[in-house]
Amino acid sequence: MSKPKFVYVTYIASTPEKVWAALTKADVTEMYWFGYRVKADGKAGDRMTAYSPKGEKAHDDPIIESDPPRRLVYGWQPLFKDMQGERPSRVTFELEPFKDQTKLTVTHDEFDESSKIFGMISQGWPAVLSSLKSYLETGHGLQSTWAEKVARCDAQASNDR
Amino acid sequence: MDAVFKALADSSRRELLDRLRAGNGQTLNELCARLDMTRQAVSKHLAVLEEANLVATVKRGREKLHYLNPVPIHEIGERWIGKFEHSRLQALSDMKKALESRDD
Repeated sequence: MSKPKFVYVTYIASTPEKVWAALTKADVTEMYWFGYRVKADGKAGDRMTAYSPKGEKAHDDPIIESDPPRRLVYGWQPLFKDMQGERPSRVTFELEPFKDQTKLTVTHDEFDESSKIFGMISQGWPAVLSSLKSYLETGHGLQSTWAEKVARCDAQASNDR
Repeated sequence: MDAVFKALADSSRRELLDRLRAGNGQTLNELCARLDMTRQAVSKHLAVLEEANLVATVKRGREKLHYLNPVPIHEIGERWIGKFEHSRLQALSDMKKALESRDD
């Protein structure tokens, strides 16, 4: 087994059950995942789906493991046009109670060697996890600096055309 | 947040983070091999970084792999940088990098 490419950890002043719900229910992810509706509340073998704020389908990936509220593993193959053809990578969420908080570890591995997704991930997860923490602790997600950056890249690309 | 600033207020620890940024998921041995620090010092600095959650670790067999965890740094950025300041700050940072690299 190759070693994970990314490991992210955040401590959230909340219960594993609430963090689990925030990771798997589309109505909750919409509040902090920069408007994305991510549904991953099924069993292993069911699908994880994600829709962009514009309603475009961004993910339709298999749930590989689901052990609420401890461990969730799903495939990761964005449906954006320029990323199709890449082998799916894999995301693992591990939730552990830690004092009066929940330690959330996100591991992302099994990337294609020349992955384009790779570069975006290194920007994406810290933003999503900071926003999740803020949402659960204060009731407000963060403004998306990452989404702002992606939007800026899009604008740049259309200017270049 | 105090722990993050304390951990970052040391050039050896910042160098360790730079090493992890260049190659994520290194063992203690791998980190020591490329540094002019004793194994004991590296181990101690890593413990401080892990305590501040700037380094995340994963056990693989008997090995412990160290990863740069930028989440706390991201939180600091989000706290003081406003929503619409990012592109201007990025432009300044790009300009600084471009101008300073000409001397190389």
